[in-house]
Amino acid sequence: MTLITTTALTKRYPAGVTALDELTVEVEPGIVALVGANGAGKSTLIKILLGLLPATSGAASVLGLDPATDGPQVRARVGYMPEHDCLPPEQTAAELVTHLGRLSGLPRVAARERGSEALRHVGMYEERYRQIGGYSTGMKQRVKLAQALVHDPDLLLLDEPTNGLDPAGREAMLELIQRIGTEFGISIVVCSHLLGEVERICTGLIAIDGGRLLRYGSMAALTVDRDVLIVEVDEGTDQLAVALAARGLQVNRDGRSLMIAAGGDTIDGDEAADTIVATVADLELPLHRLDRQRRRLSELFTTERERATVDV
Amino acid sequence: MSETGVIHDIGYRRYEGARLGRGHILRSLYAHSMRTAFGLGRGVKAKLFPWAVAGVVAAVAVVLTAINSRSPEPVSTYPEFVDSMSVPAILFLAAAAPELVSRDLRARVLTLYFARPVRRSDYVYAKLAALISALFLVIAGPQLVIFAGAAFASDSVGEFRRHLTDLLGGWLYTGIFVVVTASLALLISSLTGRRMFSAASVVGVFVVTVPMAAVIWEVGGDSVVRDLSGIATPTWLVMGIGDWLLGHEAVVDVKDLGPVYGAAGVALVAACVAILLARYRRVEQ
Repeated sequence: MTLITTTALTKRYPAGVTALDELTVEVEPGIVALVGANGAGKSTLIKILLGLLPATSGAASVLGLDPATDGPQVRARVGYMPEHDCLPPEQTAAELVTHLGRLSGLPRVAARERGSEALRHVGMYEERYRQIGGYSTGMKQRVKLAQALVHDPDLLLLDEPTNGLDPAGREAMLELIQRIGTEFGISIVVCSHLLGEVERICTGLIAIDGGRLLRYGSMAALTVDRDVLIVEVDEGTDQLAVALAARGLQVNRDGRSLMIAAGGDTIDGDEAADTIVATVADLELPLHRLDRQRRRLSELFTTERERATVDV
Repeated sequence: MSETGVIHDIGYRRYEGARLGRGHILRSLYAHSMRTAFGLGRGVKAKLFPWAVAGVVAAVAVVLTAINSRSPEPVSTYPEFVDSMSVPAILFLAAAAPELVSRDLRARVLTLYFARPVRRSDYVYAKLAALISALFLVIAGPQLVIFAGAAFASDSVGEFRRHLTDLLGGWLYTGIFVVVTASLALLISSLTGRRMFSAASVVGVFVVTVPMAAVIWEVGGDSVVRDLSGIATPTWLVMGIGDWLLGHEAVVDVKDLGPVYGAAGVALVAACVAILLARYRRVEQ
């Protein structure tokens, strides 16, 4: 089942700001990173998906429901962790999470049980009867996650969950998100402006900038797409370059090395490596290095963005 | 396995039970708000003020009951009791209303509420209902004490019935007082997230409008303006309605303008609710 679908989704604010511009994506279940700079339209997209904000035009579907018309049904099945502070300092974590569970439709007893469970899962079981005002930022973030989890949602929308955390706290939060996505079997959309941070826990990616879609797809497809093979031979580099090009590979010379782009529509990474080895053997050249690099997604993202800026 | 005494991580469990609808959500919000109004589940500081006010009102009722038992006629009617308790009542509203709505605005908890199947209008209704019933309890409870004292002392069924009718009339008046003042107090508190400012504004509106009404009364001379001056302040407005419906003695003589007072009361409450609904349609969107 498709988790989220948007079709030409556009949001223009009365002031003339276009927050989302003809966004069309189809998100499969898993842990999906929604990446973009601040002001790229991530929060606007989330609010439209929750049915809190009407879209100017276009359509959206969450868990097969239309948030514009079935807002309450969507919100009953989705857990939302906002970016900003949203916890009442005078209440205890247990009271708040239980109360919010009831507001999601859980009966009183179930809400209390699941409230404690949710706080246990985020590691706040011991501290749950203390007032939230006395918590550290890391603890507050965990409580925010627990309240999103209390009603056993089918989808979690997490807006910048690592905000304000120290490196260890970030690590713990990401681990927790990964556990929820894999062991708990709940699909997650994680908003972040730091791609490098979320890329390793995600199975899919949506990158937006200025409200426009830059790129989306599964993480595997996006990275395989960008495999690069690096070949170095002690001599005959030119000769090899010509021979490889003749065999249909896309070759770029970079000093002493040859960079061969592989994957995607053109040629599979393994196939390209085989071809290179065969060519080197045919030419009887001394092979010095054959390396396969997956380009970091964040590098890719920057180049995509640069390209997008040039297009405009 | 369990005999070994090892704590097992039972892992995440999906929830297969019932998911209840709007009625349950409204009741949950109402119950939570009632607890908030009396500081239950909070620290001692949150309990201090509401219970002090409730204690004062109850103490006055006990004293009145004692005095009544020694005098042939009650020293104060139920509506008069409400009027004389209007200062503690307003202080109660000034403490409870910010606790109910200003805090949620300040902490931005509404984001978490409205990301759930909670209707924005239901939030307003639940908070208003909680504030109204909390204040009603604070006043009507002690009125029941007064009634109990009178009822025990009554010699005949007829006398008992008269006391009961008085109480029910008194509760009607209390109800009108509570609905009018609580609606206004909740609206004022919903305008700011700062609790102190919110509390001061509630007291301010109730206190400042009284001399305004008095000035209108003074300026009005013998004209109809004088008779309508009570509309300018919520407590006098309630007295006017009481005069019209129950023959309660008001500061202002409403004469045959009772329906005007009644209409003004309804209009005030309707306006407060309408503004509240409009406000919460937009907040934290």
